[in-house]
Amino acid sequence: MSTLHAHTVLIVAAILFVLGLAGVLTRKNIIFMLLSIEIMLNAAGLAFVAAGSRWQQPDGQVMYLFILAMAAAEVSVALALVLQIQHQHKTLDVEELRELKD
Amino acid sequence: MQQYLYLIPALPLLGFLVLSMAGKHLSRNLIAGVGAGSICASALIALLISAGFLQSPPETGAYTQVLWHWFATSNLSANISLRMDALSLVFICIITFIGALIHIYSVAFMREDRDYARFFASMNLFVCAMLTLVMADNLVLMYLGWEGVGLCSYLLIGFWYETPNNYRAANKAFVITRIGDTAMIIGLFLLFKELGTLYIPDILAKASQQFGSGSDTITLIALLLLSGGIGKSAQLPLQTWLPDAMAGPSPVSALIHAATMVTAGVYLIARMHTLFELSPIAMQVTAIIGAATLFIAGCSAMVQTDIKRILAYSTISQIGYMFLALGVGAWSAAIFHFFTHAFFKALLFLAAGAVIETLHHEHDIFKMGGLRKKMPVIFYTFTIGAAALAALPLVTAGFFSKDQILWYAWSANGGHPVLWTLALMGAFITAFYSTRLILVVFWGEMKTTPGHLPGKAMTIPLVILAFFSVAVGWIEWPHNILHVSLFSELVQQALPATTLKSGLPPEIVFQFIAVVVSLLGIYTGYVLYYGQSELLMRWKQSEGLMNVRHFLYKGWKFDQLYDMLLVRPFLFITGINKSDVSDKLYTAIANANLYLNRIFSVSQNGSLRWYVTGVLIGILFIITLQLLL
Repeated sequence: MSTLHAHTVLIVAAILFVLGLAGVLTRKNIIFMLLSIEIMLNAAGLAFVAAGSRWQQPDGQVMYLFILAMAAAEVSVALALVLQIQHQHKTLDVEELRELKD
Repeated sequence: MQQYLYLIPALPLLGFLVLSMAGKHLSRNLIAGVGAGSICASALIALLISAGFLQSPPETGAYTQVLWHWFATSNLSANISLRMDALSLVFICIITFIGALIHIYSVAFMREDRDYARFFASMNLFVCAMLTLVMADNLVLMYLGWEGVGLCSYLLIGFWYETPNNYRAANKAFVITRIGDTAMIIGLFLLFKELGTLYIPDILAKASQQFGSGSDTITLIALLLLSGGIGKSAQLPLQTWLPDAMAGPSPVSALIHAATMVTAGVYLIARMHTLFELSPIAMQVTAIIGAATLFIAGCSAMVQTDIKRILAYSTISQIGYMFLALGVGAWSAAIFHFFTHAFFKALLFLAAGAVIETLHHEHDIFKMGGLRKKMPVIFYTFTIGAAALAALPLVTAGFFSKDQILWYAWSANGGHPVLWTLALMGAFITAFYSTRLILVVFWGEMKTTPGHLPGKAMTIPLVILAFFSVAVGWIEWPHNILHVSLFSELVQQALPATTLKSGLPPEIVFQFIAVVVSLLGIYTGYVLYYGQSELLMRWKQSEGLMNVRHFLYKGWKFDQLYDMLLVRPFLFITGINKSDVSDKLYTAIANANLYLNRIFSVSQNGSLRWYVTGVLIGILFIITLQLLL
């Protein structure tokens, strides 16, 4: 197995993060925005793992497990909210959901 | 009897409490009984105690009674305690005796009034406060009475408060006397600071040791006390409130604004005579103020048309005589003039009240006339009062007291020919306007038909007062005519005797001049106002004279002067500061915050993507900073 340079992995992580961010900013549907956030989380996790292998430390992989658990919790809460939003507003378009404005 | 001293002020207080608490539920007869009865009982006790005092004067010169300790701090203690010496005795007798007569008169005079109980409650409270003022043995209690009479004066001037002019007059009286009172309390503070006591006998004893004659401190204290007296007694710079105070009912004018309260200043100065004697400047100022006031107010009284305003200006002028006498050191003459003036001025006010009431509230003397035949009792009593005011020789009380003052204005230690001349001119003017008043009101054609004539309850007090207006003069004769001086012997137990200059012309010359001048005044009044006088007609054509008349009519335009000097600038300043300059900074801070709030609240538009963009920009900004710095 050829060893990857850490910076190559970090570039991939950065690309993933920007993709996720672009998704959050451009998508109208909340579910797609959630998916984009998941992609950003994974980009962060990939960066941790790469850093852990670069310095031969277990911390990077530990952090990834934390991120995994947090992402699972976040998604479960978010999906419950999405269900409620769909139930009450009959739409998942964020541009329609502006009730919190001043 | 001495142990009943406390009853003299306590009975009116009791009357006040009953009437103010239960007045609404009492019948009119009961109200009259309580209101007038309390004062009559008080007068009776006062007369009995005075009789005891006169028969066997106490060795200390005074009856004293300590009722209870009011308060005591480290070195200031004030008691509720009463003291009656010869000076207080004169005042107590006048207040209770004339007060009782005026209360009896009021029972009939105010019969139809809606607020019968309120009237008697205020009158009783006034008598109580006035008695506290003259019986107090320390200046703190005296100040309580001093403010108490001011309050009652305010309440009673504005008694018919539904007419705007009346409550304005009440406010004016209250505010102007407050100026004097403020000066007076500063004087009391100074006195306490210097002497460490406010107990009157101690002050009089300590003052001459503590202060050198004519030192600055004593002059300042005496002048401050004098200012208090000037405010209360309506003397020169602060006299403008008294003519307006005639808005109150006539018995109020008689009791408060003629006989008693306005002479509180005279009492204060006489009571503090040691302080004044130590300060020649303060004595001179007192004499000059008195002389100027008696002349200025006398001139105004000559041209007034409202019967009560004539009497009001004449009161100011007569109190001017008292101040003049105090100022030249003729202590007993001042108190004697207070004594006689109280009788005849109360009489004049009560008779004027009866005339006004009978003529359906007509105040203008030129709409009266011809009342001589219709109201004989009022006519005779009023004439006696006016004759006493004009100092008709030998038969009236006013002659004896005014003659003394005129004599001392020249001959006493502080006397001066200028003061004497002013007083003499005042005597001429007084005789003139008294004659004018009588002739215009009671002679000539009848211009207003009289209504219901006053009853016995109103005429009997008038007759009694008329008797005393003649008789009280005979207790004190000029030395060169008859050796009777009961009054000055009594008063000189409490006040020093008058010292005379040396090398004077004989007293009889002065008496002769005074008599001629007052007779001349009466004659002038007779020439001008009996029937149709051509001279008067010709004067009325002349524009210059009418301007002078208008100037005097307006009381030498003091009101306009104060309006211009004090009221207008004050209103101008308040007008400028209406929007509160110092508040501007704080309003500006609040406004800036509101403005920023309006700008930033645009960013909270509810769009999720907008927020995310905001967070992103923030992160980029921080990272950029991290990289750059």
